[in-house]
Formats: sequence, C-alpha cells, structure tokens
Amino acid sequence: MSFLPTIPEILKQFFRKPATNAFPAKYLPPSVTGFLARVGEGTASIHPPIATPPDFRGKIVYDRDTCIGCKICTKICPAHAIEFIPETKRIRIYVTQCIFCSQCNDACPVNALHMSEEFLIAAENRYAEDLIVE
Amino acid sequence: MSEEAKKGYSVPIGPIHPALKEPILFTFQMNGEKVEKVDFAPGKAHRGIEWMGMRRNPVQIVHLTDRICGICGVSHTLAFSRAVEQVAEIEVPERAHYVRTIIAEYERIQSHLLWAGVAAHELGFDTLFYLAWRVREESLDVIEYLTGNRVNYGIVQVGGVRRDITADQFPRIEASLSYYEDLFGKMLTLFLEDTTIKMRSRNTGVMNQQEALELCAIGPTARASGLNMDVRQDSPYAAYGDVDVRAVMPEQYLGEARGDVYDRIVVRLLEVKQSIDIVRQCMDQMPAGEVTAEPKIPKLLALCKKAEGEAVGRVEAPRGECLHYVRMDGHEQPLAWKVKASTYSNQMSWLKILQGEQLADIPIIVASIDPCMSCTDRVTVLRDGRRDVLTKEELHRLSVEKTRRLQS
Repeated sequence: MSFLPTIPEILKQFFRKPATNAFPAKYLPPSVTGFLARVGEGTASIHPPIATPPDFRGKIVYDRDTCIGCKICTKICPAHAIEFIPETKRIRIYVTQCIFCSQCNDACPVNALHMSEEFLIAAENRYAEDLIVE
Repeated sequence: MSEEAKKGYSVPIGPIHPALKEPILFTFQMNGEKVEKVDFAPGKAHRGIEWMGMRRNPVQIVHLTDRICGICGVSHTLAFSRAVEQVAEIEVPERAHYVRTIIAEYERIQSHLLWAGVAAHELGFDTLFYLAWRVREESLDVIEYLTGNRVNYGIVQVGGVRRDITADQFPRIEASLSYYEDLFGKMLTLFLEDTTIKMRSRNTGVMNQQEALELCAIGPTARASGLNMDVRQDSPYAAYGDVDVRAVMPEQYLGEARGDVYDRIVVRLLEVKQSIDIVRQCMDQMPAGEVTAEPKIPKLLALCKKAEGEAVGRVEAPRGECLHYVRMDGHEQPLAWKVKASTYSNQMSWLKILQGEQLADIPIIVASIDPCMSCTDRVTVLRDGRRDVLTKEELHRLSVEKTRRLQS
C-alpha cells in the first residue's frame, strides 16, 4: 500500500499562481541582452522585479562634497574596493570589487557613503563608467 | 571468468558531477552494483580565504568569513567574532546576543529546508524539491528584511551586531514564524510519510552510534545516529543559555535511532520546528539596550590591535560544530586564523555509510551528511607546479613546526 501525500499538493498547485516572479520577461526572450537593449530603447517593457526591503544594500552612493578624505573606509573595506586619490583627497570605489557589506557606511564619520536600492548592475565591462563611483 | 572480472571495477565520480553539488572526487571500487570500497579526495574548492584573512584586520575578516559558506555564513562570522571577542576581551551587549541568535536560527531554517529540497532532488523527487525551496523563500525574505541581504548577511561585527531588530520588525518575524508553524505538519507528512522517500532512505547509509563516535561525526549526522550532542546545549553561546534548547534526536519522533538517511531527514525537519521555538523565545525575552560594544569602527580596530592571545570560537552551524581559532599578537592582522567547518568532521562518515550500498544510492547518501566542500577545503599544497597529498606524518611534522614557530 503506497501513500503519496504529494499528489494532492500538486493538484492544488494547478489552481494557484506560480510563486516565481517572471523576471525580466514573462517568457524567456531568445537573447536576454538583446531584450534588455530593446527595453533601453523603449520598444519592450520589463516585468518589474520584486521590491527591495528598506535598508537594502545595493550599489554604493558617494557624496563627494561631504567627504573629508579621512581614509577610514579604505582601511576597513574587506574587498579593497576603495582607492584613495591623493591629488583630490577623495576616494574612488570600484563597484565590481565591492562586496556590498556596507561596512564603509558604518565607519564614515561624516555619512558620505550610502547604499542605494539599485541591484541590476551587471555589465560586460568591469571598468564601465557607472561601475566606478567617485 | 577471468581474474580481472572478479576483481570488479572502479567508478570515479567528480570532481565536477551533476550528482554532487560541490567539487570533490570520489573513487568507488565496485562489484556489480555494490560499492566495495570508497575513497575521496577533497581540496577542489580551495580559495585561500585564510591566506587573505592573514593580510586583513578583524573588522575586514568578519565580512570575509561571511563568504566561506553561502548557506551557513553567519555561523562562521559568529564563531570568528566570538574568538576575537575573547582575545580582545570585548563584552557583547545582551541584546546583541539575542539578535545573533535570531539570525542564526533563521539561517538554520533556510539551510535545513534547502537540504530537504536537495535530498528530494537526489532521490529523483523533483516535485518535492520545488515545494521545499518555495517554502524556504519565506525565511530568506525575513533575513533580507532584517539584515539587508539574502545570502551574505553581514550583520555580525566584532563586539555585537550592526543592525538592531526594532519593534516594528517584530510583526514580520511573527508572520513568518506562524507561516512555518502552519506548514510544519504538512512538511512532515510530505517528507516522512511518503512511500517513495521511505523506500529509498530507510536502512540506506546506516551508521550506528558507536561508528558515529569513532568517526567523530557531529551535528545532525551524529544526532541521527543517536549521539546526544549539540554545541547550543553542551556549551551555550550567544543567547542559547537563556532559552530552552535540547538536542533533537530521531527517538523523539520514531522511538528509536537507526542512523540511516531517513533519520537524518527526521532530525533536520524537527530542528526547523526547534528553531521556530527558539526565535519565539528570543523575541519574548529580548532585553532592551545597545547592540554593539563599540559603535565607532576606528576605536574597535584599535581595541583589536592591542589584543594579544589566542581563543577558539565554537558555534553550532546547521551542519554541525564550526570552530574558528584566532591568535593575535598586537598587530592589525591576526597571527594565525584556522577555520574548521562542520563537514571536515563529517566527511569521514562517507567511508562507512557508502560501503555496501548500491551505485544508485550514492547521490542521496553523499548528500545526507549535508556536505559543504567550499567550507571545508582549507589546505592545498602546490610545490613546483605539483599538487601533493600530505601524509599523516608530514602533516604532523608541519603541525609541530608551526607550533614552534608560534611559540618563538
């Protein structure tokens, strides 16, 4: 006598909405990069991602004018993603190296660093303009 | 029959294989469908994390330890910061202990549900795999809500935690706890009463109590074999001393411990329930106050820099005991940092539990100890472009040399 408790569960699932959020499109496009390019042009629309919670740790935001060039962040960055530029006494952050721990946010004495909600930042060029924050 | 045919044949599985979730090489001596002898070679996922740690200060290493394992990140962070806190004599505030416990328990929930899904997948039962992982999402969402990230939480820092759990976050936690409580009975039925799972996992990969003791098994693997051991119960850390936590044994559900794959499923599922209870107790008892002993990071760095001495941090990770050894000598970087992940102790059980089993049972038996190779792989020797396997004598010699070096 076999007992298969999963069967009723599967049958119920037929009438439920799928749990997966269809991102970035309802059906997989032939080329995801091509699709995203079309989204950029405005000819296609993206299925929105699930909203990020408050205090989400996304791409870093740097307030250049508040910064006092104290170098604390360069010292505590676990990934060595922050470079100090002596000429301008300001920092440069390489987002490709950043591990999104937000430790620099906690350490900054003047609150010049913040984490944004942006997380769709994958690119083919690691030195792309929007992947270097300064 | 020739002599060769009688001897059987050998089947290599790995280093990369669909049945294995992480790189490791198994060599099976087979006789027909039966496994006669097992050998395995770990070390394929070595990333040099300890080496990186020796060139960083404790505040940085904490975030590095988060990345030792993708599933049990907070266990490593907790073990490391506990070790550093002992060396630097930093006293962690009471509330921080409770926040740490809540996050650690949520991690256990998501880790065990992940494992349950993987186990179902290894049995060829993909429907259950999807169901388990859908349910797991809830715990990840709560973790993201509390810490700001789904996988690398980055919430623990030496001296406390970086984010407090505020009163307005309690309803969200409460909602997820009752979600899991409602679901728990169903999960037990789906996993433990299913004929398919029973057939495949009952009396497969058996390890009795004596063997588990001899092979130094830990965590759920040891508990499934009837060893009553759990770091949270035996030497409480964080807030575990204040809450009611007792090792989950298969006897509590079935009346006996056979030490097979089925018992390991039982232990892990019951631990999900235990974790829900622990989070509940923590939420009720949470005292008010600070969540970190030293909120100013430069001051914390100075404290760690002054510290001298050595300490061990022990934490019950979802897979078993996780141990970090740290020695500091008044420099920014630690002089020595050693990580012992839980799989390091558990992997020897493979030699026993795989023996005499069928080829088709290998994936589930390998997965049954919940192996985590990336956590475990700590040593790889490369000399003149050659990869060496160290013998016991050589390792002993190296160990003696290192002790002398540290003493001098």
